[in-house]
Order: sequence, then structure tokens, then C-alpha cells
Amino acid sequence: MTIHESIAADGEDAVQGQNVYVYEAPVRIWHWVNAFSILTLALTGYFIGSPLPSVPGEASANFLMGYIRFMHFAAGQVLAVFLILRLYWAFVGNVHARQIFYVPFWSGRFWKEWLHEVRWYTFLARQPKKYVGHNPLAQLAMLPMFTLPLFFMVITGFALYSEGAGRDSLEYALFGWVFSIWPNSQDIHTFHHLGMWVILVFVMVHIYVAVREDIMCRQSIISSMISGERLFKDRED
Amino acid sequence: MAAAETFYDVIRRQGITRRSFTKFCSLTAASLGFGSGAARAMAMALETKERVPVIWMHGLECTCCSESFIRSAHPLVKDVVLSMISLDYDDTIMAAAGHQAEAILEETKEKYKGKFVLAVEGNPPLNEDGMFCIDGGRPFVEKLKWMAEDAFAIIAWGTCASWGCVQAAKPNPTQATPIDKVILDKPIIKVPGCPPIAEVMTGVVTFITTFGKLPELDRQGRPKMFYSQRIHDKCYRRPHFDAGQFVEEWDDEGARKGYCLYRMGCKGPTTYNACSTVRWNGGVSFPIQSGHGCIGCSEDGFWDNGSFYDRLTNLHQFGIEANADKVGLTAAGIVGGAIAAHAAVSAVKRVASKREKAGA
Repeated sequence: MTIHESIAADGEDAVQGQNVYVYEAPVRIWHWVNAFSILTLALTGYFIGSPLPSVPGEASANFLMGYIRFMHFAAGQVLAVFLILRLYWAFVGNVHARQIFYVPFWSGRFWKEWLHEVRWYTFLARQPKKYVGHNPLAQLAMLPMFTLPLFFMVITGFALYSEGAGRDSLEYALFGWVFSIWPNSQDIHTFHHLGMWVILVFVMVHIYVAVREDIMCRQSIISSMISGERLFKDRED
Repeated sequence: MAAAETFYDVIRRQGITRRSFTKFCSLTAASLGFGSGAARAMAMALETKERVPVIWMHGLECTCCSESFIRSAHPLVKDVVLSMISLDYDDTIMAAAGHQAEAILEETKEKYKGKFVLAVEGNPPLNEDGMFCIDGGRPFVEKLKWMAEDAFAIIAWGTCASWGCVQAAKPNPTQATPIDKVILDKPIIKVPGCPPIAEVMTGVVTFITTFGKLPELDRQGRPKMFYSQRIHDKCYRRPHFDAGQFVEEWDDEGARKGYCLYRMGCKGPTTYNACSTVRWNGGVSFPIQSGHGCIGCSEDGFWDNGSFYDRLTNLHQFGIEANADKVGLTAAGIVGGAIAAHAAVSAVKRVASKREKAGA
């Protein structure tokens, strides 16, 4: 929904009602826990794939790789738990909590607005439209570039973890089916590694677009993820 | 032939003492991970059960499985399994040849219908109606299907029979196909490895012939007793991995100190086999102990995953020499460049539109 409809729906008057409550607390907490988990996971994961130079001394006196792997596993467990909570919140939260889990594929209006966003980002449209939640282009990018890769990383991550936990572990019982798809876990390592790059590329675009929208669209994007409120600075459209 | 001839009868006829026989039972029970009671059960089974013949056939393969098998380290194991127990047909090492040898197959099919074990080394090529592997005047795939009809179970020896191995490497011109994709209606036990460890092979044969059933198998159809853990899980260099001590170049200080070979592309962390526990050549050594990383020869697709010396393996979809990091960095670079360009254009546009407004 665009800003005007939302404000009309909320029954607030146009002068005072420039602030809309978009992101509920669970969504905001999830966003930042998720961000720090991903940062930790990407860093430690990279060093699991390409370890640091050897440490000197006896093996019994060092546990560097062990700690790096521990951090990776711990951050992965945190990310997984919060992803489940986030999924739960998509059902009980407000309409914006659902946006990253689906694309309104059959809605003609969605694609019309999507086209306007594409035109805006390719400098063909002079004025941006303002949206209370994600704009249609963002919504379309979130699902395949972020939400689904996150689930993919959790599933393959636990499958790989089950290799060390053993064939009798809970992890293997829940995620062992991944090895029916790819019998050689070397392939799962490779795809898990590739998944990190997909998410990192997403993060780059995500941060750039958030900063750009904040400046160019005259609406709050970054602070919205802290306060939950979207502030519309003017109404040029 | 007396219908009731048991394993034990044959074993004693071959001049093996009872003492050696009980030793063999204890050893095998131990190597299969059973308690002391199992040795007795095994002895009982061998003494009372009718002998189960094993038919050993060769498709597209290199005979490394046979080479490994006949070098089964413990002489007792070798004698009992190879000479006595059951190997009725193995065209590579049997004395008979030609029609005389092929007659054994007919005979076994008739006499032991649904009772004999079919061990297959190598795999059938399916292209050109199987013409790339002719055995006894007909395509091997036909002979395999024909024998499999009446078999009780099939052992897929080695990575060839289990996964395809090097003859199935891309683009696989002969269409070499693992056994479980050709025989669909029989229990199949995969014993991968190129070759599998001799003691693992004899252990599997002994289990099936004595107990008359397959051992517990994992999701991929491999016996759990030998393939449920990775080389990495039981590797004696594992403490160096956890400590973060790696061989970084062949013959560097770390290599001399026996550090972990992970950075040299060791596939131990993704390879399920018993090398780090059973080891090779009578428990003398195994590749990692000799200073070379595991190449993952018992894993599906190991032949197509690029260098044995890289930790990050190749992604074929992105060209021959692309791994996850190269693909990821390239993508990040392109996207980073696009972001910078987009930001620059955005800034110019913004300034231009501000000037416009100021002018107006």
C-alpha cells in the first residue's frame, strides 16, 4: 500500500500523520540479531573454508579452529532459532511482517508498481512512489535473494553439522535427507559456501538501497528499523 | 555334491585347524563391532548353515578391488574367505576358463536360486546397447541382469559399482552406470572405495554369508559399521585441525611435524570410510599417515570435483577453474561496481534536479 492509502486507512490526518508504525518490535529485534549472526557466520565460515595461517606451539595448547567453528555453529543456531520465530511472526504480526515471505505474483497492480520502481532505479521516472513497507522491487528481491537463501543455509548448515554430530544425532534425523539429494557432502560444502556469497551480495545491495532511499525518497528507512516508525519527510508525490 | 555341506566342512577339508577357525570368528566379530557372543554365533552359523556361494563378476573396472581383496592382511581372513568360504566364480582369478567357467554360472543359478550372493566389481556401460563391455560374448549389462534375477543380494564392490567412478567421468561416453541404477529389484549393498579396504570387503562377505542377511545400511546403502563416520572424525591428525595447525606447502615445517592436511585439499572431512581406523596393508598406514591428503575415493563424484589439492572444489556451471570463492568474488565485484556507478548517477541526478528547482 502507498502512503496515502495507509494514512487514510489509519484515519490519521495528513498533516500530523506522517509517521506510520511499520516494523513491530519482534521484526526489528530479528533484523539486528540476524544481521550480526550473518556477519559472524560469513566471517567465521570464510575462515573455516580458508583457514588462517598455522599457529605455533603444541596442538594441545591451541584451539583456534575449534573456537572459529564454535562461533560459526553458535551463530548458526541463533540465526535458526530467530528465523523460526520470525516465521511465526509472519503469521501473527502485521501485514508488513509477511512481506519477505511471498510475492503477490498474480496482482496486476503489484507488477505495475514494480515497473515504476524499475523505472525509478534506472533514472527513467522522476519521482519515487512512497511505500509504507517494502517497495515492490524490494519485495521481489527479498524472497529469492534473501529469505530462501537463509532457509537454504540453515538446512545445509545443519546437515553439515550432523556429519560431526554423528548418524544418531537429532540433526541427522532432521536434515539427513539433504544427503539423499547430494550424496557427496563436498557438494553441500560448495553450495553452502556459494550461499554465503549470495547473501553477501544481497547485503551489499540492501545497505546501498536503504541509504539511497533514505536520502532520495525523503522518507526514513534506516531509523525505521530501530524505532519501527516510518517518517515521511515531505509529500512531493 | 552333498546338499548339506557347511562352511565348516569346507574349511576343515582345506586343512584349517579348529583353533584357527575360532580365531577367525573372534577376529571377524571384533572387526564388525560385535561383542564376544557374536564370535560364538558366527562359529555356530558357519558350522551348521549351508554354504552360500558368492559369484564375483567384473564389468568396467580396473581390478583394484580384487587386488585389494586378495591382499586381505590377516592370512586367516584371506584363507577362509578366498579359498574356502564361497567364491565359486571369479573370472579373473579362477582356474577354469571359457565355457567351463560360464557353466558354473548356469549351475549356480539353478542350484542356488535366490540363495547366492552376487558380488559385482565395476559397472555396466549402457550406451550402444552395452557394447563397450563384452563379457563371454555378450554385453556385460545382460549378464549382470541375468545373474541378478536369481541372486539373494548384490554387493556393489568399489566406487565403480557404487557410484560410477572414473569411467563415468563427464561426459561419460560409454554411459557407465552404477549397479543400483540398473538392478532395481534386489537388495544392494554398496562398498565404495577405490579400492575398498580389504578387511572391510572380507567383513562384508562374511557377514552376509554367515548371517544370511545384509548388515545395517545407511541412507546411501553402505554398511553402517564401516561407513558411518568420516575419515576426519577418527583422523589422528585431527587435534592439529582443531588447534589451527596446517600444512601450507608440501615439505614445509608443518608437513614435517605432521600437521593437518586440510589446506592441502584433504577430503577427509567429507569422506565416509574406515581408513583412519582400519587403515591399509594390515594396519600399517593410510594416505594421511603417509603425508598426503585423502582424495575422497569412496565418495560420489570425487573424479569430477577438480583438483585433489584444493579445499574449495570446482563448480562446473561456471567454467572449469571456478570455485565458490571465485564465483562469489566476481559477483560481489560486479555488484559493487554497479552500486558505485548507480550511486554516482544518483548523485549527479540529484544535484541536477536541485539546480533545476533553484533555477525555477
